Amino acid sequence: MKTILMTTALAFVAPMALADEIRVLNWQGYGTDLDWAIAAFTEATGHTVVHEYFTSEQEMLTKLRTNPGAYDVVLINSAFTPQAQSEGLIGPIDAAKVPNLADVDPALVANEDLNAGGALHGVPWTWGLTSFAVNTGDFPEAPTSVSVFWDPALKGRVSIRDDALEAVQFAALATGQNINNITDMEAVKAKLTELMPQIAAFWSAETDWNQNMAAGQFAVATYWSGSAARSMSEGLPVAFVVPEEGAIGWLDGLSIPASSTKQDAAYAFIDWMIAPDFYVKWEAEGAPATSNTAAAAALPEDSFNRKVLGDPATVARVQFMRPVPDDVRESYLALWQELKAAQ
Amino acid sequence: MADGGGVPAAVGHGVLQPADGCAFGDREWAFTFANYAQALTNPTYATLLWKSLKLAFWVTVWCVILGFPCAYILARMIKGRAREVLFLLVILPFWSNALVRVFSWAIVLRGNGVLDRAVNAISPWEVDLNLMFSDTAMVIGLVHSYLPYVILTTYLSLQAIDDTVIEAARSLGARFPRILWRLILPLAMPGLIAGAVLVFVPVVGSFMEPRLLGGRVGTTYGTLIEDQFVAVFNWPLGAALSFILLAVVLVILAAASPALRKATS
Repeated sequence: MKTILMTTALAFVAPMALADEIRVLNWQGYGTDLDWAIAAFTEATGHTVVHEYFTSEQEMLTKLRTNPGAYDVVLINSAFTPQAQSEGLIGPIDAAKVPNLADVDPALVANEDLNAGGALHGVPWTWGLTSFAVNTGDFPEAPTSVSVFWDPALKGRVSIRDDALEAVQFAALATGQNINNITDMEAVKAKLTELMPQIAAFWSAETDWNQNMAAGQFAVATYWSGSAARSMSEGLPVAFVVPEEGAIGWLDGLSIPASSTKQDAAYAFIDWMIAPDFYVKWEAEGAPATSNTAAAAALPEDSFNRKVLGDPATVARVQFMRPVPDDVRESYLALWQELKAAQ
Repeated sequence: MADGGGVPAAVGHGVLQPADGCAFGDREWAFTFANYAQALTNPTYATLLWKSLKLAFWVTVWCVILGFPCAYILARMIKGRAREVLFLLVILPFWSNALVRVFSWAIVLRGNGVLDRAVNAISPWEVDLNLMFSDTAMVIGLVHSYLPYVILTTYLSLQAIDDTVIEAARSLGARFPRILWRLILPLAMPGLIAGAVLVFVPVVGSFMEPRLLGGRVGTTYGTLIEDQFVAVFNWPLGAALSFILLAVVLVILAAASPALRKATS
């Protein structure tokens, strides 16, 4: 409330003639709702920002469907952008109105899902990886291949997350397949069957991953890039690896609902969000990787997002996750349950 | 999975299903047995149910083996103040959160954990004692959690045995093993069986201990149901699976009831 009052007060003294109130739909605590960022945005442009939150992608889509005109900026994971586009919920992005888009990694701007319907429908904002991390006590030198998971010497010291989609896509990477178009499910199944006896336990949350790593129970385990950065900053002796086989990537974009009535203010906000100024400050508080190469270059030399993820060779190996149809998801789940029950 | 309030909800969710499978909001509801068909035809679920039944069997056996001597000592060999203190120690674990108990077992059982170090400190040769993430770890954790039930119920029936009956047996020349086998054990049977049932039923559906202590081998029928509710949000299937579990437990208890009645009469 205090922030709203303050930002409203600032709006009166702001230089802009046309001051709008834009409504942003995002996960709670995910960058756009940082107090200092909104205050600075209001001071610079005069526009005020109000947030609304969703707790699942389905909820986000439902909110867009049932409240036309209520939102001006929405965060959509690239795997859901095609669905939002095909339902006419979001409009194409006018690149001329987002000057900072010029600094965004062209590979991300060209992402197939963000360009649903033949035009850019989401400005790439943040991304991250599902790959693996190793205990530096066991690995003085980090491995370069996922084959380390199948190393007999590490039997009982390996872990993957208890998640059907992640397990299947991980095995697809290990068998050299496209994670979004797995043609040889038999190979995936054989690879996972071979992996099972190696596994100590499945992890389900960041906390149990950290505990098992700290206790030396795990030597190598799949992990998320953002979580790995947090574990390392907490002093856990781990190293994050993006192997030569590649890694699973996710990409979040900022879109403008087709029904938005304050498009100019929405464009200004998106441009503000992808700018290096905002990202460098956010990164210091713990942020995922940025889409903006200028922002990544502005980070301190030793920061995780620059050192590990800022390398273009790494980005080139990433396979970004595409939408997964329900029947495919269910078949993965059945396979995963079958494998787990056989233990 | 065995609490009374959950049963009506489980019946409702198992056969009534919103059209798009989501359990929230004002959706169209339909009557279907598809979830039961799926739960009964998938061999994976049967494998897991069998595994959970075996786990519950072994946990119950160990609870009885350990619980009976404890209850006997408490009820018949210790008197006065010391009994109160020991009784308090038996129920003390109940006052702490179950999750805390399981986590403390993780600290004890894992490689280079408390147990491993203690054994290696006194053992003349190197012993690699990593029990964490195994069937043994699951049984240890579950026995610890449920042992007080057997001790308490058996204690009650042992305490009710009239001392004069045992004195009569002794005056007729019976020695302790014979008294135990022919007199004390049959008289304590109602308590032992009540305790065993109290252990067996919740352990079949247990999911927290297997998940945390069993690791790779810790996938049970209980974790399967948990996944349906919290991970994949397939409440209708989860409800059908829970209801099948309830039915299986009832069938087992019904099948065992002649033997139980004979033992308790």
